[in-house]
Amino acid sequence: MTSGDITTLTPAVVIIGAGPSGLSAARELAPRINGDVLVLDRESTAGGIPRHSDHPGYGIRDMWRFMSGPAYARRLVRQAEAAGAKILTNATVTNWAGDRTIEATTPQGRVRVEARAVILATGARERPRPARLIPGDRAHGVYTTGHLQNLVHLQHGKVGKRAVVVGAELVSWSAALTLREAGCRTVLMTTEYPRPDSYSLFSIPGRILFRTRVATRTRVTRVIGRPELRAVEIEDLDTGARRVVECDTLVLTGDWIPDHELVRAAGIAMDPGTNGPLVDNALRTDRPGVFAVGNLLHPVDTADIAAIDGAHVARSVLAWLRGRSAPAEQVRLIADAPFRWVAPEIFRPKDRAPARHRLLLWSDRYIPFPRIVLRQEGRVVARKRLWWPAAPGRVFRVPTSVLAAVRPDAGPVHIGVET
Amino acid sequence: MNTTFDVAVIGAGIVGSAIARKLAGYELSVALLDARNDVGDGTSKANTAILHTGFDAKPGTLESRLVGEGYHLLSEYAELTGIPVEHTGALLVAWTAEELDALPGLRRKAEQNGYGKTEIVGPEEVYRHLPHLGEGALGGLTVPDESIICTWTTNLALATDAVGRGVTLLLNRAVTSVEDLGDRTVLRASGGDVSARWVVNAAGLGADVVDRLFGHDRFTVTPRRGELLVYDKLARPMVNKIILPVPSSRGKGVLISPTVYGNVLLGPTAEDLVDRTDTGTSEKGLEFLLGKGEKLMPDLLREEVTATYAGLRAASDHPDYLIEADAGRRYVLVGGIRSTGLTAGIAIAEHVAGLVRDAGLALVPRENLPEPPRMPNLGEAFTRPYQDAARIAADPAYGKVVCFCERVTAGEVRDTFRSPIPPATLEGLRRRTRAMNGRCQGFFCGAEVKKLLESRGESTCEQRHAPLEAGR
Repeated sequence: MTSGDITTLTPAVVIIGAGPSGLSAARELAPRINGDVLVLDRESTAGGIPRHSDHPGYGIRDMWRFMSGPAYARRLVRQAEAAGAKILTNATVTNWAGDRTIEATTPQGRVRVEARAVILATGARERPRPARLIPGDRAHGVYTTGHLQNLVHLQHGKVGKRAVVVGAELVSWSAALTLREAGCRTVLMTTEYPRPDSYSLFSIPGRILFRTRVATRTRVTRVIGRPELRAVEIEDLDTGARRVVECDTLVLTGDWIPDHELVRAAGIAMDPGTNGPLVDNALRTDRPGVFAVGNLLHPVDTADIAAIDGAHVARSVLAWLRGRSAPAEQVRLIADAPFRWVAPEIFRPKDRAPARHRLLLWSDRYIPFPRIVLRQEGRVVARKRLWWPAAPGRVFRVPTSVLAAVRPDAGPVHIGVET
Repeated sequence: MNTTFDVAVIGAGIVGSAIARKLAGYELSVALLDARNDVGDGTSKANTAILHTGFDAKPGTLESRLVGEGYHLLSEYAELTGIPVEHTGALLVAWTAEELDALPGLRRKAEQNGYGKTEIVGPEEVYRHLPHLGEGALGGLTVPDESIICTWTTNLALATDAVGRGVTLLLNRAVTSVEDLGDRTVLRASGGDVSARWVVNAAGLGADVVDRLFGHDRFTVTPRRGELLVYDKLARPMVNKIILPVPSSRGKGVLISPTVYGNVLLGPTAEDLVDRTDTGTSEKGLEFLLGKGEKLMPDLLREEVTATYAGLRAASDHPDYLIEADAGRRYVLVGGIRSTGLTAGIAIAEHVAGLVRDAGLALVPRENLPEPPRMPNLGEAFTRPYQDAARIAADPAYGKVVCFCERVTAGEVRDTFRSPIPPATLEGLRRRTRAMNGRCQGFFCGAEVKKLLESRGESTCEQRHAPLEAGR
């Protein structure tokens, strides 16, 4: 429902989301096409999640640099603008008004954007407390990492003195860093897995640096304290034993879900594994001219990998704008346990390889040197030992060379491990 | 406070606010007290938000009559003030032979309650209305006029209207003792005493305690906790009607209902507590709801949970509303008002006005009563500011979305701080605007909303934005 006038914009490409993947796509596309590349973001500043992750480790695989999140975000914005892309912030996309037409609310008015191609780059968020069904009191002092980092790094707000962090993966240490900067000690990190999920590169010095214990096979079973958080009850998953840990801050990290509202609203086919849209090697969704990139597809990988998606999709979008359609032959990829998902989910053998020649998978179990096995119609089509671990809490990468023997005319390919 | 009010109403929930508003329509000075720092912060804030026809009340009771009348009064009032209401209708679903056999009796009962539009339908019709319902439904009873409403806006509209009519709103006043001075009563309260000729006790969960301060011992309130799960807006298309359980020998069941904010509710549990402030959720409660949900609508459980909450119903050992005036003591008890009080509130106020008039309080209608307030719309069925191009053009603050999930704009947050009853806390702001009530629960907007609370809504409204270039 609208009333009054609405401004119509007609860029060649509209990109929804000005995080690493969206901005990288804009940077690559803007110099190469006839027409505008318009990036919309609902935040008042472009840059996405790295804006409030104020610690180093960004830009490694896409810019070959080692920089802080905010510096990385600013650089992405500068690059996209220098390439000629237009970035409109404070623009919340509210609905679709056609196959490649969206409407947005901005302080400058309601806007209709009619584009020839749409790139969805809306990212992912952490599941908050209600979605994790953690019972107990409605206490103040419970955050997700995103909420915490917004509060500390962007608004310079205060948190408490003693924190429990749920999760022991990369983002959990990022939260611990933020807490330390805010003068709050992380007294305990918990993970339901039998070992910390982060690279030991982070976990061991991290534990020493933060004087933090990591409780494995542990979950939070109750929040205690009204109106302010006083403690949490935790449970040892193996023994069922419960105990109370005093804290005034609880940070719920990881457990990502893509911000997929626009995908669902469009009726674009979804992958129940990632909770994001189904895409092929070229990052096409099943709606012609609508593409998807970044952590909307693989919740979540690091920012540099999201950015590389953005660069990868640019060529696909250019091909679409020139009227080239996707090769018809396609095979569905299906993740078997212990893998939760694989991305991309659709493999077109005649198309160019996925970004970085890698399939991305998420494992629910730690396997030091997994032997990957691909089966199609019950027949093994590839086996490969990898010399890096599959671990919960971070993306596991598999070279796309394992797909070489996949038959394009046969059924789905199941990807699992051999033990 | 030196002034003596004609009437003091204890409790600024829906019932108390409606009574204060009603009495302020006469030549009376009225005070509205609440123990908390906001109106509607007790049992009125967390319920299933259903506008009941009263079809299943106990025929012949006061509750039956007041819910029936209240349905029409609140529907009209909602229209006038902009309280969001959606007339979705309800469907009672029978899952067992026993429940199926109970439907004709429920239909007769509805007729005794003055509601004649229910219909018994077969399973095909049930699944036609609710294709996502779990397997095994045997039939149902339709209640076409059951509706969903915004309980927060209802309470706020009534309280704002009361204040507009000159009611003195006194928050943070917990009444601890009372003193009868013959022609007036002094309410000893935290934050200052209040003196009034008449006192109306609409203290909800605390009504029995206040009643004892007046020397009565009529009933006991047991806080009955009801836990609820709120599902993501993406689940809303699955649930276009209120799905009610058939009351049976196995006790009252769990319902699934759409909300006016575009979500879906699953609940409530029913658990009697001792602590009148324990609005926490429990492991057992959430597990129970998930178990029920899995049977009622398995597809719903595949969607994300946006919020969990618990409300406390003021369950009493009295089987009906307990509304009595004590003329000698110049005191009215409005007790035992269960969850139907949302619907019945305005009718209860009419009833109370009748009781005090009969007890000797002169009710002279005031002339030139102010118009009722027009409330900000929180409902999805009506145009919200972010959708309103003309409104955004006139004031860019309505185009600045600060809570992305619920699409709440800086203009709405600012307005609420300029309103007659501004929020005192984050929870108050959430009830008035929906800010932070969405699926991210603050991942994106939490810090921004906190800043808005601290700056009383002014921090992001003053920014300048370059005009857009029109397309080529």
